[in-house]
Amino acid sequence: MLSGIPLFPEQASTLAPEVDNLYFFITAVTAFFALLVVVFVTVFAIKYRDRTGTKVGEPIHGSIPLEIGWSLIPFLITMVIFAWATVVFFQIVRAPDQTLEVYSTGKRWMWRFQHIDGKSEINELHVPLGRPVKVVFTSEDVLHSLYVPAFRVKADAIPGRYSSIWFTPTKTGEFHLFCAEYCGTNHSGMIGKVVVMEPNEYQAWLSGDTGLPMAARGEQLFQQLGCVSCHLPDGAGRGPSLLGKFGGQETLGDGTVVAVDDVYVRESILAPQQKLVAGYQPLMPTFQGQVNEEGVMSLIEYIKTLPSTGQPAAAAQARTAPAPAAQGGSR
Amino acid sequence: MTTTVLPRVNYLNVRHTLASWLFTKDHKRIGLMYLVVVTAAFALGGVFAAGVRIELTTPEGDFVSADTYNRLFTMHGVAMVFFVLIPAVPAILGNFVLPLMIGAKDVAFPKINLLSWYVFVIGFVFTLAAMAFGGVDTGWTFYTPYSTQFSNSSVMLTGIGIFITGFSSILTGLNFMVTIHRMRAPGMTWFRMPLFVWALYATSIVQILGTPVIAITVGMLALERALGFGIFDPRLGGDPVLFQHLFWFYSHPAVYIMILPPMGVISEVIACFSRKPVFGYSFVAFSSLAIAIFGFLVWAHHLFVAGISPYSAMVFSFLSFAVAIPSAVKTFNWTATLYKGAIWWQAPMIWVFGFLGLFLVGGLTGLFLASLGLDVHLHDTYFVVAHFHYIMVGGAIMGYFSGLHYWWPKMTGKMYSNSAATFAAVLVFVGFNLTFFPQFILGYLGMPRRYHVYAEEFQVLNVMSTAGASLLGVGYTLIASYLIHSVFRGRAAGDNPWGATGLEWETQSPPIPENFDETPIVTGGAYEYTKRGAKVA
Repeated sequence: MLSGIPLFPEQASTLAPEVDNLYFFITAVTAFFALLVVVFVTVFAIKYRDRTGTKVGEPIHGSIPLEIGWSLIPFLITMVIFAWATVVFFQIVRAPDQTLEVYSTGKRWMWRFQHIDGKSEINELHVPLGRPVKVVFTSEDVLHSLYVPAFRVKADAIPGRYSSIWFTPTKTGEFHLFCAEYCGTNHSGMIGKVVVMEPNEYQAWLSGDTGLPMAARGEQLFQQLGCVSCHLPDGAGRGPSLLGKFGGQETLGDGTVVAVDDVYVRESILAPQQKLVAGYQPLMPTFQGQVNEEGVMSLIEYIKTLPSTGQPAAAAQARTAPAPAAQGGSR
Repeated sequence: MTTTVLPRVNYLNVRHTLASWLFTKDHKRIGLMYLVVVTAAFALGGVFAAGVRIELTTPEGDFVSADTYNRLFTMHGVAMVFFVLIPAVPAILGNFVLPLMIGAKDVAFPKINLLSWYVFVIGFVFTLAAMAFGGVDTGWTFYTPYSTQFSNSSVMLTGIGIFITGFSSILTGLNFMVTIHRMRAPGMTWFRMPLFVWALYATSIVQILGTPVIAITVGMLALERALGFGIFDPRLGGDPVLFQHLFWFYSHPAVYIMILPPMGVISEVIACFSRKPVFGYSFVAFSSLAIAIFGFLVWAHHLFVAGISPYSAMVFSFLSFAVAIPSAVKTFNWTATLYKGAIWWQAPMIWVFGFLGLFLVGGLTGLFLASLGLDVHLHDTYFVVAHFHYIMVGGAIMGYFSGLHYWWPKMTGKMYSNSAATFAAVLVFVGFNLTFFPQFILGYLGMPRRYHVYAEEFQVLNVMSTAGASLLGVGYTLIASYLIHSVFRGRAAGDNPWGATGLEWETQSPPIPENFDETPIVTGGAYEYTKRGAKVA
């Protein structure tokens, strides 16, 4: 009967064995201490049992060396766990430099995934085997949390912010994808699957019946929303030129320097007055309500493709990845 | 037993009218009045839990609708956290025995003590009204922006209920703190106080400093929900994660409001049934204070995947490991207390053995969650559910029942059936492990919390959990029945049925309204069994 009970989840990413080794270590250490206490309690309770209730125990009041010992030893052991767990944590939150990026938005009660090349899907995420994938996501309504147990990764989707998870799949197949943060009525229905494919199958899947690439859609929005009328490529417009800005730094009116990453670009579109570039007037209106989260993500993709000099490259071209921007700040 | 009939005059029979209860200033009667309300809340929370467990027997959502399910687990949490776990030990047992233990006639402010009870009941009535008007579905954590902008349930009424109830907790904490400072009998120095008193003192600190923060947080939530203030709304420049910081700034220390007093109970019961002083008295006493203070510095370990900076996550992880040490120290000291004791296996002690086993698992699994790299996987899964039930039910509720069985003869003057109580303790221990141990495995497998419908491979473990919960239900019903039976049919307990040290055992059972005929004078430490012997009286 016990064979029918799963005890352990599948390991399907490079992070999973790292997390599991830590899990086994902590399980071993805690099981040892639990057994130690249980054995002592059981032995004492039986050995010193007095059925009459009339005897008196020895008046032992304590022992300083023992107190120091059983404070210090557990503390040192927890520090080992702390250090190990922190190392694993930084592996989980720090994505490698070259990742395949996928954008996602969570909303009640579905996950929408937008691939850079234009393909989009709902509650399914297709990724290639053996390549680091980074999913950058936000929420359109309440809190959600993107969780793939087989990869041992999870992060909350927070309205107004970007979060990210990254993983390198090590197994082909289908894996659960859950919303882990309670989000109302159909929270337990906000689930899907990650489909890990052989790279060539993935390429074939990607090229089938695709939509407009994200950057191209961003370019369209850039025209439609009128961004283009102020953000002139030569810098002579009412807003700064956006050529080659992404991945670099910008100096604000108050002298602070900010990194131009996806978080900053998103904020500049939705709350333009917050961090105004030095030398420019607060003329830009907010685009809150005029462009949805996916539109913002497309605009970011478009801005990423802008070269540092000359005219914008054809947006559909695969971009050469600039420094990954969502690190740290987006988590 | 030396006595066969109850003392002629005691706090229970001194007056019989309903008004004599509703307007009483006697801490003992107020303790019993809390017992009635808290027991009602416990039964209600248990019914909600039963609904949750029945639904989870199958992977499909076939017992109740998703909306009903969400209300069930939310109201289970609200009832159990705010109306059972927080008040159980301090307001019932603390109220009853604190003045007795320090040789006082009553608490420092008897009228405020009665006010606390009324405030508690009014808060409970608001919460019940919220439940009657369709309930609330936000989870007991009320995370924004769901609670402020999206939920169509009785968030406001529940919030008002919790807001009001908080003041009861603050007033009780204040009352106990002043009582401990000002009302101790001659000779009752700080280091002669029973460890339960130390635990209540540490708890008072948390109640007084922490509870106002939840009141403020609930107030902000109400302003946001009713008037759209935008504190937690990113479209208006607010931040939904700010709510989590504020909420856990109270609600994590609140965990220590729930567990510190039962830890104090454990120290009392272990000393009594081992017939010797608690090993490392001052370490146990100061570890309570250490927990109370460090407990305020760990709140963000609930936010490791909520977008806080990885460096602040490191700090909170470190502090969470640090706060585990005083709990470990207590556990080691309790174990050492048994060494060379004369251990009398009576029902309260059997509950202590259960507590030790379950609290051990609850405490140690906390280390898994404090570990950053592991918490990413475990956060918001059933592992967390199992962990905090091991602490809250396995720790706090087992400790509460140990204390209730220990002081029941003092409270009622009657003795229950020791074999029934021992059987109930074993049944609850087994039922509890069957309910919650499978949830650790479910959590590591990746089953998220608060799921109405779940993947098929999780079913076997969920069926085990529901089976265990049924045993728990039988166990708790059994306790209620033999305790009630003892009130009517139990034999007279005598003044000191356990042969315990402590001033509460030197007065009659049940005590007279003034507690003591003359103010006692204390000449020694709390657990001097060598001097007193183990004589039952």
